[in-house]
Order: sequence, then C-alpha cells, then structure tokens
Amino acid sequence: PRRTCCRARSPRAAPAMNCRAEVLEVSVEGRQVEEAMLAVLHTVLLHRSTGKFHYKKEGTYSIGTVGTQDVDCDFIDFAYVRVSSEELDRALRKAVGEFKDALRNSGSDGMGQISLEFYQKKKSRWPFSDECIPWELWTIKVNVVNLANEQERQICREKVGEKLCEKIINIVEVMNRHEYLPKMPTQSEVDNVFDTSLKDVQPYLYKISYQITDSLGTSVTTTMRRLIKDTLAL
Amino acid sequence: AMDTDLSSQDRKDLDKFIKFFALKTVQVIVQARLGEKICTRSSSSPTGSDWFNLAIKDIPEVTHEAKKALAGQLPAVGRSMCVEISLKTSEGDSMELEIWCLEMNEKCDKEIKVSYTVYNRLSLLLKSLLAITRVTPAYRLSRKQGHEYVILYRIYFGEVQLSGLGEGFQTVRVGTVGTPVGTITLSCAYRINLAFMSTRQFERTPPIMGIIIDHFVDRPYPSSSPMHPCNYRAGEDNGAVYPSVEDSQEVCTTSFSTSPPSQCVFTVTKAHFQTPPPVVTDTLKVPVMGLAFSYQLSSSRLSYQPAALGVGSADMGYPVLFAGGLNAAHPHQLIGPGKEGGVPLIPSQPAHGTQADQERMCTPLDGVHYSAATPSSSEDTETVSNSSEGKCGSPHDLLETIFIRKVGAFVNKPINQVTMANLDIPFAMFAPKNVELEDNDPMVNSPDSPETESPLQGSLHSEGSSGSSTGNTHDDFVMIDFKPAFSKDDILPMDLGTFYREFQNPPQLSSLSIDIGAQSMAEDLDSLPEKLAVHEKNVKEFDAFVETLQ
Repeated sequence: PRRTCCRARSPRAAPAMNCRAEVLEVSVEGRQVEEAMLAVLHTVLLHRSTGKFHYKKEGTYSIGTVGTQDVDCDFIDFAYVRVSSEELDRALRKAVGEFKDALRNSGSDGMGQISLEFYQKKKSRWPFSDECIPWELWTIKVNVVNLANEQERQICREKVGEKLCEKIINIVEVMNRHEYLPKMPTQSEVDNVFDTSLKDVQPYLYKISYQITDSLGTSVTTTMRRLIKDTLAL
Repeated sequence: AMDTDLSSQDRKDLDKFIKFFALKTVQVIVQARLGEKICTRSSSSPTGSDWFNLAIKDIPEVTHEAKKALAGQLPAVGRSMCVEISLKTSEGDSMELEIWCLEMNEKCDKEIKVSYTVYNRLSLLLKSLLAITRVTPAYRLSRKQGHEYVILYRIYFGEVQLSGLGEGFQTVRVGTVGTPVGTITLSCAYRINLAFMSTRQFERTPPIMGIIIDHFVDRPYPSSSPMHPCNYRAGEDNGAVYPSVEDSQEVCTTSFSTSPPSQCVFTVTKAHFQTPPPVVTDTLKVPVMGLAFSYQLSSSRLSYQPAALGVGSADMGYPVLFAGGLNAAHPHQLIGPGKEGGVPLIPSQPAHGTQADQERMCTPLDGVHYSAATPSSSEDTETVSNSSEGKCGSPHDLLETIFIRKVGAFVNKPINQVTMANLDIPFAMFAPKNVELEDNDPMVNSPDSPETESPLQGSLHSEGSSGSSTGNTHDDFVMIDFKPAFSKDDILPMDLGTFYREFQNPPQLSSLSIDIGAQSMAEDLDSLPEKLAVHEKNVKEFDAFVETLQ
C-alpha cells in the first residue's frame, strides 16, 4: 500500500499531526464488493480493537477479551477473521451496503473508494467544539468490473481471492510497524480515544466515509460523508 | 541478555509472556489447520485466563506437544520454535506445506515497557497470526481435508529446517516485537510447488489449491462445526478429476456425444470448500506423473487440446478405426469425453507407442470403456469404441487394404502408374488383396500400350495431330475440383467425381485406332502397281492353269 502523510483535517488543529495513510486497490465484480470491503475493514478493525476497559481505582484498568471468528465469502474464494462482535459487524455492513448501493446507482464506470479513518478527539473549551484529529487513514479504491460469462466469473472468484490474500498481508505489514498509536487514556479520556459504545469490544474511534468517482475520474459528483458514530460535530 | 537493566519482575514477566505467546502461537496455527471454522466469543469482563486479551482456546494435546518440544526452554537466538504443517494421503505419501517459525534475534529494545507495550504488541502479533493463517495456501487445503488427505502438524525446537518445502518456497512475515532481551519474529515459509509428489515437476503456478486425490482417512480431531469438508456429492459444479468407477462410466456415456473432437476440456470446478469425491486408489499412483498436459493448479481447470494427435481433425475422412492407433502415439495423454465435468480416463499402464501397447490402450479400464474422441457422428458410441478396440491391433493392415488400386481389363495403361489415391473399382476394400497377382496378369496388363500420362489425356485425339502419338487434347480445359452433390462415400476414399473423370475418356482399343488403319490403306494402294506388274509377268502360267481346269 502506498504511504502518504496528510495534514489534519480540522482547520483549528494546532501543530499539524502526521496522519498515516494507506491505500489499497481492488478490482471486483459487483456482487463481490460487499464481501471484499468487509474483509478488508474487518481485518483492519481486528488489529485496532481491544477488549472493553474496566477502570479500577488508582488509574489501573483491566481489559476484556476479544473473541474472533472465521468468515467464509460466498462470492469470493476467500476467508477472513473478524472480531466477534455483532454490533461492530452490523455497523460495517451498513456502511458497506450504502457504499455498494451508491456505486450501483451512480451510473458511473463503477469506481469509488471507501475510507476508514481512525481519529482522536481533542476537547476544546467552550465555545469551540471538539476537534477530530485523524491518526490513521485506510482507503480502499474499488473498481467494479462486469463479466460476460460464467467462466470469467469463476476465474474472478479465484483471482479476487488471491488479491485479497495479498491485501491482508499488506495490512499486517503496516500494523507490524508499530507506529503511532494514541496513548492509553485515563478514564476521563477514554471516550476521546476509543469507541466505548459497543458492549463487547472497544475499537479505536473511527469513521467510515466513501466517494463515488464519476466517469471523468477527476471530480466527484457526490461526496457523502456518513458518520457512523454520532459523537462529534464538525 | 542484560539482566541488570531489566528488573527481575520484568524479566519474569517477559519470560512468562514469551512462553505463553509461544503456546498460543501453536494453538492458533494448529487450530487454523483443523479444517473447521473457528469461533470464540468476546467477553467484556476479563476472565483472567485469556492471555493477551484474546479468546484463543487451548486444545490440550496441542499444549502438551508444544510443552514437550520446548522442554522448559524459551525461543532464543539459534533456538527457534517451529510448527511444521504437512499433508498426508491415505497412501502414506506426505508433503510439507508450511513451516511457522517463532524466532528470537539479538536486536534488543531496552526502552520498551515489558508489562505494557510488549504485552500489547504480542497481542497484536497474535491477531496478525490469526489473519495470516487464513491467507496461505494450506488454509484452503486444510478446509478440504478429511477423505483424501489429512493435515498434520509437528512442533520442533532448534534450528529451522526449510528443505522439505520444495523449490521456490515463499515467506511471509507475520510480525516482530522488540523486547529488552531480543526481538521476537514470527514468520511462515510455505510451499509453492504443490506437486503431488515432491520429486515430480509440475508447471509452476500460483497455488491456491493443489488437487489431491485419494481415498482416505480419519481426521485428527472430531469436527463439531456445521461445515462438512468431506463432501461426497459429485454435484454439477464439483467435477472430480479422478472419480470413482461408477461416476466415470456415467460421464463417459453421456458426455461423449456432444463434444467436438478437437478439444477435450476437463473441468474441475472448485466448488466452494467442497472436496472431490473419493476415488479408486489403484489407478491413481501413476497417472498424475509424467502426463504431458497443462495442469493448472490455480485455476482448477484442466484444459487439454490434443491437437498434436491429429485426432478429430476435420479433414480426417477415414474410418474411426484409426483413432486407437493414433492415440497410441501419445500414450501418456489423458483422453476422455469432452463435456464439462467430463472425466479423464487413465490407462493403467503408460504405453509406449508400440503395436502391442496399442492393444493395451484399447482395452477397457476398470470396467470403463475407453472412448477416443472421433470425428464421426457419435450416435453409436458403443459400437465405435468397440470397433476401435477390436481392430486396434492391426491398423496398418487396414491401411493397405484401403489404398490398393485395381486396374481394369483392356486398359491402355501400365500397372506402374497405379496411384494410391485412385480406386477404379467400387468397394475395392472388400476385394481380395491380390496386388501381386495382378501384376503378372496379361489380361490386366497391356504390355505394348503407349504411355499416357493421365486419364484426362485420353487417346481420343481425333483432331489431328497425326504426327504426334500423344496429344494434349484437353489442354484448353482447366481442371477444377469436381464435387458432385451427395456423392461422398464414407467407405471408400473415392467419390463419384473421380470415377466420372476417369471414365469420361476411356482409352481406345488399339485395333480401332484410326492412325493405324489409315496407314495400312495407303500402303496397300501404293503397293498395287507392283503387284500387277508381277502378275502380268506370270500371265502364261495363269492361262495354262485355267485350261487344265476346263
């Protein structure tokens, strides 16, 4: 994956913070979009989720247990591991479903991208609102292909499966760099770092957005930002 | 290790972390190769027994094996913990698929906090291991194990041995964690060349699946998951490469009729996590080896084009009887029905193209009839294949029988102009093969006939060139390929057109040729005066003779 640095989005960020950005590209058939996106997003979130924190006195905390499960894809010769959390799975499926619908309805060549951004909240004093400072951004560029016959579809199943294997290896490589991660927060700060709304796991604060590229490939006809977490105002 | 820099508590913690990390690594790897989907629950309240905050079950036998291998030691420089994953068939053949290595190198990170950062990073590394164990080729193989093969593991401690992985194995790095005593590295080396036997060389293709066929064997751990990797259904999308005897017979008869002879495509569709049905083991050891066809592991389609054979060439207008003989020229090729899902039939012994082996090739195999692809209509598949079997032994004799030219009586042509392609007697193939006798037969052979070059240059040169013995009467006609409609005869390689051309200009009887007639008349007239003069000289004798008669 290509690695670039971008400045923080928020205009009132004090020192610019380096946000690590990774880009993955996949070419898939229409019916494979959902599974491919879920495979990548779940793999990233597997690495970016912990067990629930339970704070005790004196600033210590214990961490809950994260379970995992295997997911087999129906339209791709591929399987992946995700965190055992139905809430998290639902949230991702919702976002990916919207992305898939937008791709289908756009009438474009079937190109778009979905982004998973991890951010930290920085609380500001009144009257200023909180800032969102991204620290890691994953972008998956999708190119939807149309296939003519069953034989091509079968080959596509296998090829996309192989490609996704490569993507998983890429993701793991990035994770292994052990680069910047937000400091483990105190109890009062935990909601600025983690999403504590789920009952069984605790991912870092994240948001998913997507863009559909129009046929010119340059400008964007519809830019939609979908906030999965209703925890901030920009 | 610099113990002075590390507090004893930290050192104890670190050793414990590394030990349990090693045990959990083994559990993750082995569980990922059991062939089942793994599912563990998240728990918001810590249970206290889930190392690294991950719900990873401990299979007791696996823990036992791992502890036995470690023997109280920890991975250190030069002492790596390896988990070897291999595949074993019911025949007892085995092949190493992967080696997972947990190693320690000397690069130390003194600053790092053991109880916090190292622990969390080890947790992250285990998550990476969970992800990576699903993307190497052995995962898909292990999901399909059970009937033909089983996946085995072996744990050893010490030096990493990668030689059993075959040529060109690939490596994937799962991750590293720096500690004050060294850097922990977790990686996997996996086999690329998923040849059935390690000594055989297949075409190298990116492997997702090897196709392994054989009967088999119990799994090491009972399956409790809803997935049944052992799937015996020979479904429409699960064509097997080497099916059981019953299956192959059905496929033979049904798929033969529609396949174009020049292309045999065997589709082995990799249905989603289904295993091929069990097969007869006896025939399998030999056939996969040394077969001259393209074996694509990744695409799961065996595509075989017997173009080199010449079988099925559209202009092969000759009897299907040859099919058996021609195939023998390429004895190692798989031949079979061409429809999707069709099954290649393997001769039980590789033939070497000799006459005797041709016969062997033709014999039915395991009760399945060997049906060669033929160009003729395939309504009677049974009769065709039977006849190929029957006459397999003497294709060359047959060749001679067909191509004899018989010369008719009184024909103005020497026998040495017989060409192989011409037949001037219908049903010649059923005539007795008496070529030698005919050579000496005077009725057939007209010894004095002048040479003519072709049937078209007949002896009808009435137009005139009296000076020339042979004429080119038909020079002004252009020879075109005359194909009379409906005239194709499947039995004889001669058609009505050829017959018609030959007998359009039959050679003349010599006594009737005008040249000779004209010549003798002229001679006669010229010689008359001489004869008269002679007779006049002898007139007195003639008169005396007449008086004796009165």
